Amino acid sequence: MSLTAADIQEIMRLVEESNFDELLLETQGVKLHLRRSGTSTSMVPVTATAPAAAPTAAVAVAATTPAPAARTAGDGQDVTSPMLGTFYRSPKPGAPPYVEVGAPVEADTVICIIEVMKLMNTVRAGVKGRVTQILPADGALVEFGETLIRVAAAD
Amino acid sequence: MAIRRVFIANRGEIAARIIRTCRTLGLETVLAVSAADRDSLPAKLADRAVCVGPPRPTDSYLKVETIVHAALASGADALHPGYGFLSERAPLARLCEDHGLIFIGPTPAQIEAVGDKLRARSEALAADVPVVPGASVSSVAEAVEAAARIGTPLLVKAVGGGGGRGMKRVDALADVAQAVELASAEAGAAFGDPRVYLERYVSSGRHVELQVLGDGRGEVIHLGERDCSVQRRYQKLIEETPAVGLSSRLLGELREAGVRFSRRLEYRGAGTVEFLVDTERDCFYFLEMNSRIQVEHPVTEAVTGVDLVAEQIAIANGEGLRLAQSDVRLRGHAIECRINAEDPAQDFRPSPGRVSVATWPSGPGIRVDTHIEAGSTVPPFYDSLLGKLIVHGPDRAAALDLLERALAATHIEGVATNRAFHQRVLANPEFRRGGVDTGFVARLGASS
Repeated sequence: MSLTAADIQEIMRLVEESNFDELLLETQGVKLHLRRSGTSTSMVPVTATAPAAAPTAAVAVAATTPAPAARTAGDGQDVTSPMLGTFYRSPKPGAPPYVEVGAPVEADTVICIIEVMKLMNTVRAGVKGRVTQILPADGALVEFGETLIRVAAAD
Repeated sequence: MAIRRVFIANRGEIAARIIRTCRTLGLETVLAVSAADRDSLPAKLADRAVCVGPPRPTDSYLKVETIVHAALASGADALHPGYGFLSERAPLARLCEDHGLIFIGPTPAQIEAVGDKLRARSEALAADVPVVPGASVSSVAEAVEAAARIGTPLLVKAVGGGGGRGMKRVDALADVAQAVELASAEAGAAFGDPRVYLERYVSSGRHVELQVLGDGRGEVIHLGERDCSVQRRYQKLIEETPAVGLSSRLLGELREAGVRFSRRLEYRGAGTVEFLVDTERDCFYFLEMNSRIQVEHPVTEAVTGVDLVAEQIAIANGEGLRLAQSDVRLRGHAIECRINAEDPAQDFRPSPGRVSVATWPSGPGIRVDTHIEAGSTVPPFYDSLLGKLIVHGPDRAAALDLLERALAATHIEGVATNRAFHQRVLANPEFRRGGVDTGFVARLGASS
């Protein structure tokens, strides 16, 4: 079983009308986490085995409250960091960034480098669409699971 | 250079314990958390928590490069490894050293010297510290020959093992070959090191260990011993200090031996030298040295009034030993019970889950070190320790009574615990008399 966009809209409406701030729903293959005060609502594919180095793609459905703009953003997706390390937007200092806001990405497009004790790990988008936001500053420490970029689905 | 921000590469009750002392000392704390521990009590207590990876320890708490990267990037000047995980891994200490991060613990060379059991054994011999009759073996044929010399019962132990893992008891010489093959295969899989050695099994032994502090320049003091004989499958369950019923001659020699062993290494920081006391022969043997803070360290803190984590930090900070041996006074009797999320109905298998009720005892003479409160999760990825109940009284009888009341006031719901097991031990006349050997728990189980 999987959740459709309409299902999620309905669940969000129910949460919004309820007294609860947070909902964590796990069904076969899908984990849905809604948080009232948070900025994003994400749907994470649950895999039986840990994806080794592949970035986890999280589906940001919409913010529940209070940003109305985000709510209508629809089906953007959060690309989260597969590891803790230092975030670099370009392959080396001075080189152009891998991606800019507005750029199209494919699942195998490299979006950044995450450095762990001088070891450079390339991170791929894992999803197809257009980059709407790049969150960490170049050179910042990113944690495991932290959102790196947001991608809007291709039209 | 003065330590100002400490990175804690651990979880659970020991993370909370280290944070508490850091706070007392006015030090900032950054805690490494896995994705399963983001909402843990230590994560809330720390000034900052950074998520280092997914729940499985191999993907988070055991990743040396990630841990050091997180410590450096979060501006920490020192790293406390706690116990377990990377605490006794020389590569972590070395990587810290290479990057100017103070490792709160011994030097990489010291970790290596005591981490390899065969090496530790030869270090003990060199320090004139008695060891259990035994032999290292490199083939099954050699093992059979050595076993005949040592005699049965004997233990087959993994060179790279610890905490009872990779250990097999052999009662008949005919079984030696098979046990060695099996232990070697298991050790290879678990520790990446298939080497094993044989050791005489002391049938009536007590596990007595000595807490030491060294300045790293050859000065070592001890803070008394701990008796940890109440064990199930080599896992300690109850620890106390002082060890009762030992002759003052034996105790004196044991303390001297532990200090001598550590001095020879010019040991730095807090460490524990473990001995097996052979009660039948009234002698003791060196077992191993643990180059880290020990789970059961609070009983020592109770009777000495010394904060061992604070001393670890002071030594790491270059302050040396702030106590002379004559400053160490042992007062009263302290006992610790490990409250584990284990199901007695399921042969004490770990019982992970969500804790719905967590009421811990409090009052004079009672200390609880825990990371569990109502609503806490016990993830299935880590050890099952929920908390430690530590009591301190003027004498053993008073401590036992206090412990009984403290256990009665402990209520954990949502996960199964071994509380009832502890209550059974406390009610047992043999335990009440004191000085039980390491076979006690097995006998207790058989009698029920």
